[in-house]
Amino acid sequence: MSIGKPIKHDSAELHVTGAAHYTDDLPEPRDTLYAAIGISQQAHARLRSVNLDAVRQAAGVIAVITAADITGVNHLGGAMQDEPVFATDTVEYIGQAIFAVAATSVEAARRAARLAVIDYDPLPHNLDIQHAVEQQQFVLPSKHLQRGQPETALQQAPHRLSGHFQLGGQEHFYLEGMIAFALPREHGDVLIYSSTQHPHHDQKTLASVLGLTEKDIVLECRRMGGAFGGKESQPALFASIAALLALKTQRPVKLRLDRDDDITITGKRHCFDIHYEAGFNDAGLLQGVKLVYASRCGISADLSGPVNDRSMFHADNAYYLEHVDIVSHRCKTNSQSNTAFRGFGGPQGMMAIEYVLDDVARYLQCDPLAVRRANFYGTNGVRSQTHYGMEVEDNIIQRIVNELESSADYQQRRADIIAFNRNSPWLKKGMALTPVKFGISFTATFFNQAGALLHIYSDGSVQLNHGGLEMGQGLYTKVAQVVAEELQIPLSQIRCTATRTDKVPNASATAASSGSDLNGMAAQDAARTLKQRLTEFAASHYGVDAASIVFQDGQIHLGTAKTVSFAHLAHDAWINRISLSATGFYRTPKIHYDPQTMTGRPFYYFAYGAAVSEVIIDTLTGENRVVRVDILHDVGQSLNPALDIGQIEGGFIQGMGWLTTEQLWWDNSGRLRTHAPSTYKIPVAGDIPTQFTVKLLDNNANVEHTIYRSKAVGEPPLMLAMSVFFALRDAVASVGDYRCSPPLQAPATPEAILNAVQAVRDTMQDNA
Amino acid sequence: MNAGEVTVKHSITFMLDGQAHTPPPFAPDTTLLNYLREHLYRKGTKEGCAEGDCGACTVVVADLQHGSVRYRALNACIQLLATLDGKALFTVESLQHGKQLHPVQQALVDCHASQCGFCTPGFVMSLFALYQNQPNASRLQISQALSGNLCRCTGYRPILEAGERMYEYAHAFPNDDLAETTLITTLTQWAQQPHSLLLEHDGKRFCAPTSLGKLAILLERYPDATLLAGATDVGLWITKQHRDLPTLISLNKVAGLDQITTHAGWLEIAAAVSLEAAFQAIVAHYPSLRELHERFASLPIRNAGTLGGNIANGSPIGDSMPALLVLGARIRLRKGDATRELPLEAFYLAYQQKDLAAGEFVEAVRIPLPNAATGLLRCYKISKRFEQDISAVCAAFHIQLDAKERVTEARIAYGGMAGIPKRASHCEAALSGQAWEQASVTAAMKALEHDFQPLTDMRASATYRMNVAKNLLLKYLLETTGESVSLYATGVQA
Repeated sequence: MSIGKPIKHDSAELHVTGAAHYTDDLPEPRDTLYAAIGISQQAHARLRSVNLDAVRQAAGVIAVITAADITGVNHLGGAMQDEPVFATDTVEYIGQAIFAVAATSVEAARRAARLAVIDYDPLPHNLDIQHAVEQQQFVLPSKHLQRGQPETALQQAPHRLSGHFQLGGQEHFYLEGMIAFALPREHGDVLIYSSTQHPHHDQKTLASVLGLTEKDIVLECRRMGGAFGGKESQPALFASIAALLALKTQRPVKLRLDRDDDITITGKRHCFDIHYEAGFNDAGLLQGVKLVYASRCGISADLSGPVNDRSMFHADNAYYLEHVDIVSHRCKTNSQSNTAFRGFGGPQGMMAIEYVLDDVARYLQCDPLAVRRANFYGTNGVRSQTHYGMEVEDNIIQRIVNELESSADYQQRRADIIAFNRNSPWLKKGMALTPVKFGISFTATFFNQAGALLHIYSDGSVQLNHGGLEMGQGLYTKVAQVVAEELQIPLSQIRCTATRTDKVPNASATAASSGSDLNGMAAQDAARTLKQRLTEFAASHYGVDAASIVFQDGQIHLGTAKTVSFAHLAHDAWINRISLSATGFYRTPKIHYDPQTMTGRPFYYFAYGAAVSEVIIDTLTGENRVVRVDILHDVGQSLNPALDIGQIEGGFIQGMGWLTTEQLWWDNSGRLRTHAPSTYKIPVAGDIPTQFTVKLLDNNANVEHTIYRSKAVGEPPLMLAMSVFFALRDAVASVGDYRCSPPLQAPATPEAILNAVQAVRDTMQDNA
Repeated sequence: MNAGEVTVKHSITFMLDGQAHTPPPFAPDTTLLNYLREHLYRKGTKEGCAEGDCGACTVVVADLQHGSVRYRALNACIQLLATLDGKALFTVESLQHGKQLHPVQQALVDCHASQCGFCTPGFVMSLFALYQNQPNASRLQISQALSGNLCRCTGYRPILEAGERMYEYAHAFPNDDLAETTLITTLTQWAQQPHSLLLEHDGKRFCAPTSLGKLAILLERYPDATLLAGATDVGLWITKQHRDLPTLISLNKVAGLDQITTHAGWLEIAAAVSLEAAFQAIVAHYPSLRELHERFASLPIRNAGTLGGNIANGSPIGDSMPALLVLGARIRLRKGDATRELPLEAFYLAYQQKDLAAGEFVEAVRIPLPNAATGLLRCYKISKRFEQDISAVCAAFHIQLDAKERVTEARIAYGGMAGIPKRASHCEAALSGQAWEQASVTAAMKALEHDFQPLTDMRASATYRMNVAKNLLLKYLLETTGESVSLYATGVQA
């Protein structure tokens, strides 16, 4: 009754009236304290001395803590245990936490935190990826994945190209900054309200930092004001600090980061340096490819391992790479510890192969779409095995690209653009169509599990809880739709309650686009358990055959004779001492993966899409506009088309920001200077394409047995924005009459575009 | 009380949800956002950045303008509570009628225009201001009204759609003419009884004098006072730098300082006139500055910030100065009863050094009105993002040609190229007397290297700045000789 319908977000009315509670909006007990963090002002230094006397004596200060106050272990609990909560002897980036203060007001805490007198003994610092590669400064060992005989294939290919390009990182810029609000409880326990995508990770980290066990710690999050991967691992630091201060003072402590501190302290999407060699034939078919990825990971491993693994897995995007060699370096740099960000390394991996194919097309002087098409995965077992050994069983990229090529009038518009450019000396248009194939599942197999908890009350109203987090994507709405469908009750009868570690234990991060796949199935399991229980009860209580009982539109038909309402049945079941509470559980089938050999089936299935973007650039300034975008995207059988389209549009614009205006810039001292919206520019309303058409692919049930045959939609659309970058590159290429490949770097800021225009002009002059 | 004398009040009063509201004594540097969240427990207004750049804290402030109500979207994070005196405040909690959503809110719900919802109250309020001020807005106007609101989730399309559709819901929403009448009555009453403000709390003070005379006395008494108009800069000293500002003196109640007046040959814009009002007046005379107007900060910042403040601040990347320099604008400085006038270009001495004495302030800027001698005026702003960004380079060109298409006078100025907004004298000299054509422009582009040695920073490299500075001159030539090289025309408006 609600599946597949464009149901509004369950918090829409709360959002527009300002009544939705985010962590900072919760009522505060009157003895609440406010925290601030004292951070390193040097990129790499030994701490000669840290004098906090002035901080302690500042007005309103109640407590100051350093590593010495940590009652458990001073590390943030990542797999590598390579990042402390508070630095002790050495600081490794500007923004690293050294101490924290709790005071009677936010202002008092922030003012006090600036009063520390820290004597640094500077050490050489490095933020450069290539330098880190040369010095072998890595947070994790490099990885290598090879299929076929790439070296031989390269040597035998009729044409050969090599290249290098740089891909910038990206700040998440969730509108709600990091926040944790810790309340001490009896037994030395602690309750923390936190803006987090992974409460169980925070719970585990806190247990270790506080020297407690997981049972002693409860985290709750009703909603986040955006996350995008930025709140997957990194909230643990802020929850730890708030909890340490709360337990020390035995008062509630709220740590809400100022925006500049948030951007200065927290990790981002990884910047990449990419080198490639490609061999191909006259049709642009890749015969051998070598890719060397090197990413800026920052000071610690955090999630850099799986992020960079995913880059390697997505080196193929939608293309069959018969002979391929991929090396991945995970560089240690004196910068924020980079982390998950929508796409999780996939976007960088895919940009590489798109760049290669774009270069191949320029070299062959043909339409880049033709080259892309020549390299697509095949179907029915032909050219269908990925370089990590997984069969692509559901390939639909040809269908999507064909439909989009036609609906967006690609060929005619391309001809028109080439004609326009011939007559327009300064303004140049460009267009590109790029595909997306994105693997769905956590590559760490054990994360692919979920739990749910469902209560039916005596009046027939229902509380639903699951391990997934609401960060705007509409997960609570989708999962409630599942329960409404299973129990055949109206959505208004269901309240999805805040995610808490004491309701559903050991829940995975809401990440990897898996929220509704996992939690939807877990909730369905719980709903089916209760429905079965109610059916059995009704059969015996009302004396009808269980097989004749039908739940429909809030009514329970007991054979043909009698009908009772869901509320009536719930009431009778309660009176007759039937348990009306159930848990549900799900684990994704089929997946397996050997991290040593990097082979197996890491993904349950793939999500597909494609986009055509048209841009216009000013070759005098590099400024540009995205004029038109057409998207066709695959969400399987949509659970909720309104929410899915929201994910696609939002993901696309976010990806566009990554590849155009969003530039991270560190100065020579290692300080990130783009640490606020005044200097870090995410897209605004005026930046979106003048014509923006987004369609869901029709009639495409997931071949795998996912929740109502839907597909995950959180991350894949971000990569549709590659089309904007390559459209910009196409426009730049027109300056050289499409005869050379512009060395455009990402993000394609006006400066990057002007540099590429100049480089093309220089090349043309050299060749003339 | 003598005629012309006004009372001094020690508390402020503003309208909130149809009621006069007087906050209990508060620190003079209290921001409106903190007051809303921490004292009124109105948690709908959010802090996203505390620097006026994300819009999550947008509220609407209404005041009287020529007898009717003017609704302005403002950033509560850097607006000082004290400046609300005598005005009306609307927050996201103000809009609903009982359980019924306001048309703006209903349109956003129906268009699926919120995801995480954290930015949503800010969008609601920006759209509410538009809804109140304009009976129907075009897509472009909606987009411009939202230039100060960041959303990281939706990609904006549904929000823009809600902006278009909100008017359709008007008929179903209770008529609020009565409320507006009450509002006008109260605001009019207040306006008829002007008063100055002196708020003191914990050794800090906020003064809002009503006359130049009283302002002069205050400046003399508190030589280290911070002058405040829109607080778009001073607000950040409070929220980001945690500066102690013992004395704040507001220009907003000073009679005459909110006026734009036309004199023989001059447009005079007084110190407390908002950037938005100033630019509307300037663009009415110089339509080629429209793009600069629309790309200058965001609407909430233009609503709060003042042209006088932009000039007095003297940032090398302040966007108003290049255009004003080439127009030959002059500024009037006041200290006590004494005033002096000087060309704007004489005001900027070196980086963060101005020809401004202690206790002296920029009272007005005087811009020549177009006349027979007005030449070809263009101004270009270059930034990473089209809207609400700070310039990498801002260039203004103003040349006069004789009948033979020769340059009789060239006035060229740049922002972002030096420690101050500065005229390009070598470039100007290279053009003077030359034919207005490619060859002269090529030489003038080269001459720019003698005018500027720009810096590399997070906005642009020195090389890019210089290249763009040169190319903009070429662009100016092209556009004044019949070729359109404007993305603005092709992109935004298409």
